[in-house]
Amino acid sequence: MTALIKLTDFSVSFSTPRGDLHAVRGVDLSINKGESVGIVGESGSGKTVLSRATMGLMPSTATCTGSVEFNGVDLSRLSRKDLRNYWGTGMAMVFQDPMTSLNPVRRIGSQITEGLIVRLGMSKEQARGRAIELLDRVRISDPFATMKKYPGELSGGMRQRIVIAIAIACTPELLFADEPTTALDVTVQAQVLELLAELRQEFNMTMLLVTHDLGVVAGQTDRVVVMYAGQIVEAATTKELFKNMKMPYTEALLKSIPRLDQQAGQRLKVITGRLPDPTKPEPGCAFAPRCLYATDKCRSEQPPLVTTQTGHQYRCFFPLGGAN
Amino acid sequence: MAGSGKIHLRPNSEPILVVQDLVVNYKVSRKTVISAVAGISFDVLRGETLAIVGESGCGKSTLGRAVLQLPRPQGGTVVLDSIEITALSGNDLRDIRPRMQMIFQDAISSLDPRLQVKNIIDEPLKAWKKGTAAQRSEKVDDLLDAVGLDPEIVRDRRPYEFSGGQCQRISIARAIALEPMLLVCDEPVSALDVSIQAQILNLLQDMKDKLGLTLIFISHDLAVVKAVSTRVLVMYLGKICEVATPDDLYAHPAHHYSRALIAAVPIPDPEASVDKIRVTGEPPSPINPPSGCRFRTRCESASDRCAAEEPQLQEIGLGHFVACHHPLIK
Ligand SMILES: Nc1ncnc2c1ncn2[C@@H]1O[C@H](COP(=O)(O)OP(=O)(O)OP(=O)(O)O)[C@@H](O)[C@H]1O
Ligand SMILES: Nc1ncnc2c1ncn2[C@@H]1O[C@H](COP(=O)(O)OP(=O)(O)OP(=O)(O)O)[C@@H](O)[C@H]1O
Ligand code: SF4
Ligand code: SF4
Ligand SMILES: [Mg+2]
Ligand SMILES: [Mg+2]
Repeated sequence: MTALIKLTDFSVSFSTPRGDLHAVRGVDLSINKGESVGIVGESGSGKTVLSRATMGLMPSTATCTGSVEFNGVDLSRLSRKDLRNYWGTGMAMVFQDPMTSLNPVRRIGSQITEGLIVRLGMSKEQARGRAIELLDRVRISDPFATMKKYPGELSGGMRQRIVIAIAIACTPELLFADEPTTALDVTVQAQVLELLAELRQEFNMTMLLVTHDLGVVAGQTDRVVVMYAGQIVEAATTKELFKNMKMPYTEALLKSIPRLDQQAGQRLKVITGRLPDPTKPEPGCAFAPRCLYATDKCRSEQPPLVTTQTGHQYRCFFPLGGAN
Repeated sequence: MAGSGKIHLRPNSEPILVVQDLVVNYKVSRKTVISAVAGISFDVLRGETLAIVGESGCGKSTLGRAVLQLPRPQGGTVVLDSIEITALSGNDLRDIRPRMQMIFQDAISSLDPRLQVKNIIDEPLKAWKKGTAAQRSEKVDDLLDAVGLDPEIVRDRRPYEFSGGQCQRISIARAIALEPMLLVCDEPVSALDVSIQAQILNLLQDMKDKLGLTLIFISHDLAVVKAVSTRVLVMYLGKICEVATPDDLYAHPAHHYSRALIAAVPIPDPEASVDKIRVTGEPPSPINPPSGCRFRTRCESASDRCAAEEPQLQEIGLGHFVACHHPLIK
C-alpha cells in the first residue's frame, strides 16, 4: 500500500521573545489511503500545530523543517499558491475552535457554498442544494432556516457541525479533524462520527482524528499515535494500544479518564506536574519529571523511538510489560 | 407557556439560587421566534454542583447565560442569595456581577487576542480594585499556577500562541479571579485532554470546598458530570426531562431521552460491543416545537396523550423527578 501522506523528520518551531518554542519535534508518520489514525496527547503537546503545519497553515513566526509528502508530492517545496490547490479537495480541516474559523458576519449558507463554487465549479443553485444536503447530514434540524443564519445565532455544537459540513463539502481525500466532536452531546456525536465513518467507506476518505476522548479513539480509528511534548512517544494499532500499551505516559492518560462505571463524587486521578517548557527541551526523556518509573538514565539520555516486530512503536527505556 | 413544573424545588433547604419559569426566546425574523428556554425552574443549594446535560442546541448555554442576566431573560425570576437579580436596575446588577461568573463555551474566541495573558486575568481584578498592582500580579501568578500553567512561561504571551486547552485554562483562571459565589461553567473541560480535565475538575472541587462555591456545570460528557455533580438536570428542546442524582440517573434513567443519552456514551475500549439505543429521527425545530411532550417525535413509547398534554415533573424516587407520561420506572 502506498502512503497518502508521509511526514519525515518533521519539526515546527515558533520564534518567540523567550527563544524558539519547539512545538513539534522530529515526527515520522505515514498514513495510508483509507486509514483512520487518531492523535491523542496532553493539551499543548503539539497535535493542532502538527495538523495545521501539515496543511501549510502556519503563521510567519513558524519554521517547519523536514518533509511532507502528499500523494508523492513534497508539499514543503510548493508555493503558497500551489499549496492552495490541495485545500478543500485534497485535504481539509475541521478546526478546533469553530467560532474562530467561521466568519461571524457572513451567513452560514454562503460560507458552505463558497468552496463548492470555487473548487468544484458548481453553479449557485447546485451549491445551494448540496449545502442543504450537507446540513441535513450533520443533523442540523432546519437546514433551510440555518442557511440564512449567522454563526452567532447558533449553539456551540451547531457551529461545530457547520465547520464539519464545510470541511467535508468537497469530499477531501484527507480530513484533519481537530477535536471535531468536543462541543457535541453524545447522541449527536455518535451521529456525526457515523457520518465520518460513512464518508470513509464511500469515498475511501483518510482521516487524522485529533481528540482527547479515548472512547472516540477506540471506536473510530485503526491506529493511534500518542504525542508528548511535540514528539511521537507511542504508536500502534488501536487494539494493540489499548491492550498492550508500552508508555508510562499512555498508561497515566488512560487512568485519568473519568468513567461512567465510577462512583459519583470521587476525586479524579491526575498526572501530576506539567509539560516541560517547550522553549527549553529536557536533556533526557521529556516525560521523566512526571514519570513513576524514571531513573537517572531517563533524566540524562533521550530514549529512541523503538519499533517492535509487530510495528508497535514507543519511546521509553523501560516500557511497560518489557520490551516486547 | 407552561413549564415542566416545580415539584423538584427545595424551598426548605435555603437554596442559594432559585430560578423560576425562566423563558428565553430569540427573535430570528419578524414572524419567527425560537423558543430556546421554555419556562424552566430549578434551584441550587450552597456548595452544590448542578449539571445540565442535553442535546446540542437544546438551550443549555442560553439557560446558563440567562441565569447571569447575559442578556436578561424575557420571563421568569432568578434569585441569588435572596436577591432577586431579575428585578435589579442596571447599576445594582453591575455591583453584583463579581459574585457570579461564567466560563464561556468558546474559550479561544472569548479571550481578547491583543492582550497578554497577565492582563487578561488582571482585568477583572483591576476593574474591581482588588489590591495594589503588586498584589494583583501575585494573584495572577497564583491563578495561573492553579490552572496548571507555568506563570513564568505564559504570563507575557498572547492567546493565539496557545493551544485550545491552554486557552480554556486561561479563561477559567479569569473567571475564578474574583472568587465568585456562583460559577456557571459552559463546557469548561471539553477542549481539555483527560489529565488536565481531571486537574481542572479537582481544582473546581477545591474551590468549592474552600470558598463555598456553587457551580452550574454544563457538559455533554456524562462521565465528567457523574464525577463532579450532586444533581443532574436533563434538558430537551428548552424543557426539563429529568432531575436526579448522577448515580440514580445513570443506573435508572426514567425518561426515554435520558436513557438514549446514557446509552450513547463511547467506551474507551476498542473491543467493547456497540449495541445502542439510538435517538433516531431529526431533532425538531425550536421554532415550531411539538405539542405536548417535546420529545414525542422521536420517542418509541409516545402515545396520544403525549401529543395532547405536556408532561409535568413527578417524583418517582427520593430526589428523582421525571417529566414523562410513561416513565421507564415508576
Ligand atoms: N502561533 C503560535 N505561536 C507560539 N506558540 C504557539 C503557537 N501556536 C501554538 N503554540 C505552542 O505550541 C505548543 C503546541 O500547541 P498545539 O496547539 O499544537 O497543542 P495541542 O496538542 O493541539 O493542545 P490542545 O489539546 O490544548 O488543543 C503549545 O505549547 C503552544 O503554546
Ligand atoms: N444569539 C442567538 N440568536 C438566535 N438564536 C440563537 C442565539 N443563540 C442561540 N440560539 C438558538 O437557541 C437554541 C439554543 O441554543 P444554545 O446555544 O442555548 O444551545 P446549547 O444547548 O448550549 O447547545 P450546544 O450543546 O450545541 O452548545 C438553538 O436553536 C440556537 O440556534
Ligand atoms: S524513558 Fe524513563 S522517564 Fe521516560 S517514560 Fe520511559 S521510564 Fe518514564
Ligand atoms: S413517553 Fe410520552 S411523555 Fe414520555 S418521553 Fe415519550 S413522548 Fe414524552
Ligand atoms: Mg489543539
Ligand atoms: Mg452551548
